[in-house]
Amino acid sequence: MNRALVLRVLALAAAVAVLEALCRVGVIDRFTMQPPSRIAVDLWSILATGKFNAAILKTLTNAGIAFALAVSVGIAAGVAIHGLKALREGLDPLFATYYAIPVLAFYPLLIILFGLGDAPQILIGFMLGVVAVIVNTLNGLDRVPRVLLKAARIGRLTPVEVATQVTLPYAVPYVLTGVKFAVSYAFIGIIGSEFVMSRGGMGFEIAFAYNNLDNATMYPLIVLILAVTISANLMIARWEKALLARRGLA
Amino acid sequence: MSVAHVTLRGVTKVFSRPGKGGEVHALGPLDLDLRSGEFFAVVGPSGCGKSTLLELIAGLATASAGEVAFEGRPIAGEIPDGVGVVFQEDACFPWLTVVDNIAFSLRKARLAPGERESRVRDAVAMMGLGGFERSYPAQLSGGMRQRVCIARTLVMKPRLILLDEPFGALDQQTRLLMGEEVLRLWRQTGATVFLITHALDEATMLADRIAVMSARPGRILEIVETGWPRERDSRVVEDARFGALTARLWQVLRQESMKSIGRPGGVPEGGA
Ligand SMILES: Nc1ncnc2c1ncn2[C@@H]1O[C@H](COP(=O)(O)OP(=O)(O)O)[C@@H](O)[C@H]1O
Ligand SMILES: [Mg+2]
Repeated sequence: MNRALVLRVLALAAAVAVLEALCRVGVIDRFTMQPPSRIAVDLWSILATGKFNAAILKTLTNAGIAFALAVSVGIAAGVAIHGLKALREGLDPLFATYYAIPVLAFYPLLIILFGLGDAPQILIGFMLGVVAVIVNTLNGLDRVPRVLLKAARIGRLTPVEVATQVTLPYAVPYVLTGVKFAVSYAFIGIIGSEFVMSRGGMGFEIAFAYNNLDNATMYPLIVLILAVTISANLMIARWEKALLARRGLA
Repeated sequence: MSVAHVTLRGVTKVFSRPGKGGEVHALGPLDLDLRSGEFFAVVGPSGCGKSTLLELIAGLATASAGEVAFEGRPIAGEIPDGVGVVFQEDACFPWLTVVDNIAFSLRKARLAPGERESRVRDAVAMMGLGGFERSYPAQLSGGMRQRVCIARTLVMKPRLILLDEPFGALDQQTRLLMGEEVLRLWRQTGATVFLITHALDEATMLADRIAVMSARPGRILEIVETGWPRERDSRVVEDARFGALTARLWQVLRQESMKSIGRPGGVPEGGA
């Protein structure tokens, strides 16, 4: 293990220990938050009893669909926009201001259009993530050295082959940056809209527990969401790093 | 003499610069015949249009005027079959291993089973890349990466090989050795070789004929014949004619180089 990693683990452990102490001593009262050790035990029993399995499954499935849509549509749109210079010039300023839009504000509208089901939530997660994927795909495609494009022409590749065999493979590490955003945004979109209005899911259960002062449910579910998103993010980051290392860039 | 493999007639290239206004007259008008199977070198001041000339022959660019023909057929922005290019810049695909880089263009070629593998194996051996088959370009030196690019061109068995300052980034010893390798390839494959270089001694050592180009817009000032035998290597530098040939190139080039760095030929700095 390298030193940076050891330090990181130590810092995290110290933060948890301080939190534990503050809760035990009573600086943080138990109506506000339970000690971390208690949260771990509660999480274990939630998973063991399977009490919230349906909610967990619903949230993970919807986040997964929103994520997959954002990534596939984002990459395809990125390639298409990159190929159409005029469209690109028109859209660039819109991408730059896109994240000033509070996408969640459209949720009620989407519910009116699609009903109070999974679709509006998936759409919110998708809409949040897709532009990050497009922007990062474009960034990667912009960086493809001209000489590789010339080599592709000498190899008489068709435009589709150029995209799948040259420009996209070159851009993968940059696309992955967008993919990491898509993971976060998928969860923010799904859980955020479950908070606001829904019939189930982890966000719904957390809000429900909050209203009932049920800390034994609320905190373990929050920790579970953190664990899922952080591990997904770490996995992609590792892949990204491996690809960059292969190119002598990390 | 043998037949012309490539012919250029009245070829001119003018780049328009959208947005910036104005035009850059990069090349020509220029006439040139490359003989089938010869080793042809081009020297000239930087920015004189050497790479532009290569791209016109490769079909990567279209002439503003005039005609370029390969094996009797005009090239009009179409990549002709049978032409291989080794570029000035590193053109290895960084996400592919050495063998996958070499096999890249073969993916499209319809070949008998096993033919692909055997061509890649041969190219690896010929370019001295044995032991590095599974390495990625980032793990190789600049010289080895350039050899990967040469190997990638070779497996296609081109009849015309265009090389754009392929050894530009290499040290002198490596350049000499790579030069010998290119000579060997030229003899073994029987291909016509068109080599751009900025090293005059390299041109003299390798080529049958050397074109000296003018400053931009590039035109051909003179073509020098070396008269070397086909069986030759870097030891031609010991030949008495080597010095004279290189001196001739420099004589023609000196004035042009002066022009391209903005000084009239022969007038000393701060003169009179
Ligand atoms: N795509 C282009 N657009 C505009 N000008 C260009 C382009 N490519 C080359 N040029 C110009 O044409 C001239 C010749 O370039 P080049 O053929 O690369 O020279 P060389 O290879 O001899 O150094 C240069 O002045 C260069 O700036
Ligand atoms: Mg050049």
